[in-house]
Amino acid sequence: MCGIVGLLVKRAEMRNQLGALMVPMLVGMTERGPDSAGLAVYTEPVSDRKHKLSLYSGEHAVDWPKLADELREAYKHPQDIATHGNHAVLTTGADPDLVSGWLAGHAPHVAVLSVGHSIDLYKDVGAPAEIAKRYRFSELNGTHLVGHTRMATESAVTPAHAHPFTAGRDFCLVHNGSLSNPHLVRKHLEPLGIEFETDNDTEAACRFFEWRLREGDDLKTAVARGFSVLDGFYTFLMGTDKELLIVRDAFACKPAVVAETDDYVAIASEFRSLAHLPHIAHAEIFEPKPEEIYTWRI
Amino acid sequence: MANLKPVPSTREFDLASDTLRDLNLYLHRHAVADGVSQIRVRNPDGAHSVACGLNADLDVHVHGHVGYYAAGMNSQASVTIHGNAGPGAAENMMSGRVHVKGFASTAAGASAHGGLLVIDGDASLRCGISLKGADIVVGGSVGSFSAFMAQAGRIVICGDAGDALGDSLYEAVIYVRGEVRSLGADARFEPMTDKDRAAVKGLLSAAGLGHEPGEFKRVASAKSLYHWHADANQEY
Repeated sequence: MCGIVGLLVKRAEMRNQLGALMVPMLVGMTERGPDSAGLAVYTEPVSDRKHKLSLYSGEHAVDWPKLADELREAYKHPQDIATHGNHAVLTTGADPDLVSGWLAGHAPHVAVLSVGHSIDLYKDVGAPAEIAKRYRFSELNGTHLVGHTRMATESAVTPAHAHPFTAGRDFCLVHNGSLSNPHLVRKHLEPLGIEFETDNDTEAACRFFEWRLREGDDLKTAVARGFSVLDGFYTFLMGTDKELLIVRDAFACKPAVVAETDDYVAIASEFRSLAHLPHIAHAEIFEPKPEEIYTWRI
Repeated sequence: MANLKPVPSTREFDLASDTLRDLNLYLHRHAVADGVSQIRVRNPDGAHSVACGLNADLDVHVHGHVGYYAAGMNSQASVTIHGNAGPGAAENMMSGRVHVKGFASTAAGASAHGGLLVIDGDASLRCGISLKGADIVVGGSVGSFSAFMAQAGRIVICGDAGDALGDSLYEAVIYVRGEVRSLGADARFEPMTDKDRAAVKGLLSAAGLGHEPGEFKRVASAKSLYHWHADANQEY
């Protein structure tokens, strides 16, 4: 079992409330996912020539400013770093693939959680309320976010196995359910040069969709293709820099509720994570139908 | 002379401050002894198991949306949800009445033995799965796999049905007014008799709906799965 939450605010003046509105949503899904939690938040994009990398060092203490200095030295590009204990958002003018490669060699304890122009990603093990506090989720600003609370059923409880999963640029996915053929999917993707970081089933779905996006599919087309490729149970919630998408498998065993008003679209596994939202009594509330793809753009 | 007719005694719970345990304990143990027959519940906010396991002639009104298993295992009581219900509403009901004014999520009325479940809106997948004798009236449409392996009871669907309606049906009977995307294994359309029309009329009336019974089609079991056939090549 897991919990998923998603929120997209429709008015620019609500962007500074994004995190505050979301924290009760995430904490509300604690019973569905008490062992880990995470979220991806889409912020104002950095300029086209720059990228943001969300970095995570787990239990290892990292001297982030020193790391940024070393990167500046290596690539002669400006590097800004915003840090939060074991988490940092690095904004770089250098090629993000080169930076990731450099980090793997020079700072092996630092994991790259996400890469893109808009996305910041946080995930860790622990109760959702603790994680929300640890990374000050209530202060987050942005247009939309994708969050998850995890109760592991098929692979280990580690930060790397926590959701959201990311692949490519500005793409993330969270999952409630379990896939029965992730190894098959992986076997098809690995010969194409697609590398996996974990043995988690959700990562296979994430990398499949991202591969289809790179092959020219739009997100809806990629997700529709997944109906015949991904076997198992799922409610997937996905984010790109421009949109939020939810889809449930044909059997719809894994719940989801959407509440939409003129101000926001909020998605959660259960209504109890939506009950606190403003004007919820007047929201349009529905359950996504099986194998129907729902998207909202910022 | 003062009016001697006793006024029904009402009690209100607010789940924003009262706990779910307070509410259910009261409904199970104290309501009858207190002479309270009407209970109003405010701010359920998606809580699970609201008013489940009741076993007395109570009239419970829940104002808001509820989560999993609302009014599950109900006996005797009338529970009205003025909102939407999560998965498993009225599952395993034995008797009484559960009325969902909004929509109901998956597996509404699953395995219910008796009583009446009314859903004004749509019911999601697997409505009435393994039904064991209760009646279900859905004002809207039902999702796929509804009435799967339903053993006894009646389901009236005023809208459409999804895929595999009535798969592996036993003795339960389904009446559908709209389109059926597909029937499940061993389910078949059968002619409506006067008895069927009377049954539909009675159920619609109990649910407060005014459709014409003649607009409904009957779906029941062809009973070809009742016995094992050595020649069937096991291709069902």
